[in-house]
Amino acid sequence: MSENGMFGASGSGDTSGFGGLVNTTTVIGSTQRPFGSYFDQVADDLERAYPLFSDAIEKVVVDRGELTLFIKRDRLFDVAKILRDQLKFEMCIGVSGAHYPDESGRELHAVYSLLSITRNQRIRLEVSVSDKDSHVPSLVEVWAGTNWHERETYDMFGIVFDNHPGLTRILMPDDWPGHPQRKDYPLGGIEIEYKGATIPAPSQRRSYK
Amino acid sequence: MTTFTDPYASSQETTEGRVYSLTGGDWDSLVTEIGATKEERVVLNMGPQHPSTHGVLRLILELEGETVTETRCGIGYLHTGIEKNTEFRNWTQGVTFVTRMDYLSPIFNETAYCLGVEKLLGITNDVTERATVIRVMMMEFNRISSHMVALGTGALELGALSPMIFAFREREKVLDVFEMISGLRMNMAYVRPGGVAQDLPQGALAKIRETIKELRHNFKDNEKLLISNSIWIKRTQGIGYLDLAGCTTLGITGPVLRSTGLAWDLRKAQPYCGYEDYQFDIPTTDTCDVYGRFLIRMQELEQSLRIIEQCVTKLEKLEGQPVMVADKKIAWPSQLSIGADGMGNSLNHIREIMGESMEALIHHFKLVTEGFRVPAGQVYTSIESPRGELGVHLVSDGGTRPYRVHFRDPSFNNLQSTAAMCEGGQIADVIAAVASIDPVMGGVDR
Repeated sequence: MSENGMFGASGSGDTSGFGGLVNTTTVIGSTQRPFGSYFDQVADDLERAYPLFSDAIEKVVVDRGELTLFIKRDRLFDVAKILRDQLKFEMCIGVSGAHYPDESGRELHAVYSLLSITRNQRIRLEVSVSDKDSHVPSLVEVWAGTNWHERETYDMFGIVFDNHPGLTRILMPDDWPGHPQRKDYPLGGIEIEYKGATIPAPSQRRSYK
Repeated sequence: MTTFTDPYASSQETTEGRVYSLTGGDWDSLVTEIGATKEERVVLNMGPQHPSTHGVLRLILELEGETVTETRCGIGYLHTGIEKNTEFRNWTQGVTFVTRMDYLSPIFNETAYCLGVEKLLGITNDVTERATVIRVMMMEFNRISSHMVALGTGALELGALSPMIFAFREREKVLDVFEMISGLRMNMAYVRPGGVAQDLPQGALAKIRETIKELRHNFKDNEKLLISNSIWIKRTQGIGYLDLAGCTTLGITGPVLRSTGLAWDLRKAQPYCGYEDYQFDIPTTDTCDVYGRFLIRMQELEQSLRIIEQCVTKLEKLEGQPVMVADKKIAWPSQLSIGADGMGNSLNHIREIMGESMEALIHHFKLVTEGFRVPAGQVYTSIESPRGELGVHLVSDGGTRPYRVHFRDPSFNNLQSTAAMCEGGQIADVIAAVASIDPVMGGVDR
């Protein structure tokens, strides 16, 4: 008889029965010029507007018709400002995160989708930081709309956005321990504490052992 | 006389000042109590269980008399961890989860997600034309049903009951179409990676034609009730002002952006699902206010009907074409059909896998239990939902389950503009401004 709750899940807390499947992470390499489509134009414009371009960009990836610029986090704020002011990427559509526990030293990624209405183009910025030093400069000063997106990414992944005007949890309760979207965080199986009372996780509420 | 303390309507001292709890019927005692103090500044907690906040939105309003000096939103009350859940199911099962995010526009969630999966798989161009046209038709019907709720509840919150009843009556007709086609009225999980779950049933196009006619006729009723209604105009014109600069820095899209005069609609600007082949206009206003946003929604109804009419014409020509990609390693094998007793397994399909084809049985078993593998990489796809840009960021690690699914929900982003729209205005106008954003908390909190 299993001690792992009513579905017998262990490890990931996956209750679907697919728990035996193993995830493998693949790192996509970088792309060399020519990038194709409008991507060369964007890269040229950025290089012209920002002399430290080669120092700021870790790598460029063009995959499935989308351009991703991997930016060093120290340069992110400057690059973002130039993208907005000189390359006319007026909107930051959102910030997403991803957790790659196997990429040591760069476990946490913040992913920004940018949209230029003037150019009718999209690009993506990606910043990676380590788990131990998960600080990324906030872009709220550049695009005010990233405010909630950064709060969500902090809430879900624990990426700390420095200089954010009010970096608090947004979806989870204020006193929630842990960051749920990280790969080391289980699906379900968490006890809920509310006003002093503890409610066991659904999988633990009844015993069918 | 016995003293009675109501535990739900009481006041208590805190470090921040005196806190009053209100549930609705106890205004007199509150007014007496507050009237005794000299404090003009009140922090009002509106929601999360307030009928005018579109679900469980909590608004924290700082008031000086009736003027709102500061507005903050509290969200997260409907957070259900859908994004996390999808990481533990296969790619096809993800549809069933994401359809429940923004529950007023399920077809948009499904389509955005499926376009992303197809882009990752590299089969975007293999999706049959019939499937794509059905998707477009379903999306436009969904836009109508979603706008009907926006208009109906928006009017209701400002005290107009009739438009709500009319709008929900029309919405029912659209939901009937959804039920006829997918078997479900909400959360249909109808759009699947590679196509749609099933073809249109017999006689669907005739019923759709009839529905278009009815809707077009009845939309006029609602327009008459609102557009030139002097109370409606006074409550909405010049209210909730947000101009183009505000919209771009806050990342606002959809009707709120179009109310600044910018005709930005992804269906025209960055077409997907073959929208470049349809004739339609993008309604705009330059009023930047609540009135303009509702006007845009009303005009979009007619544009959606135009697109649906073109879809019906196309579908007549595409009769008999498959609605799922041909690749048997990806196409969802289980076929459903609607019988006299409701929707269930297609008997033809059961006959094929159980009696005729061993290979079909293997594909069925592998795809239904384990699912297909998706090459590693990440994509971002975006479509124009009734509320603005609905974006999906998908990461695959090459497995049968998503590595990361993130929805950039327009409601989540647009709700950030509440402070910009409301601060400095009257408290009653907060309701109008929030209604004009049309947030759906299921999408905001996911």
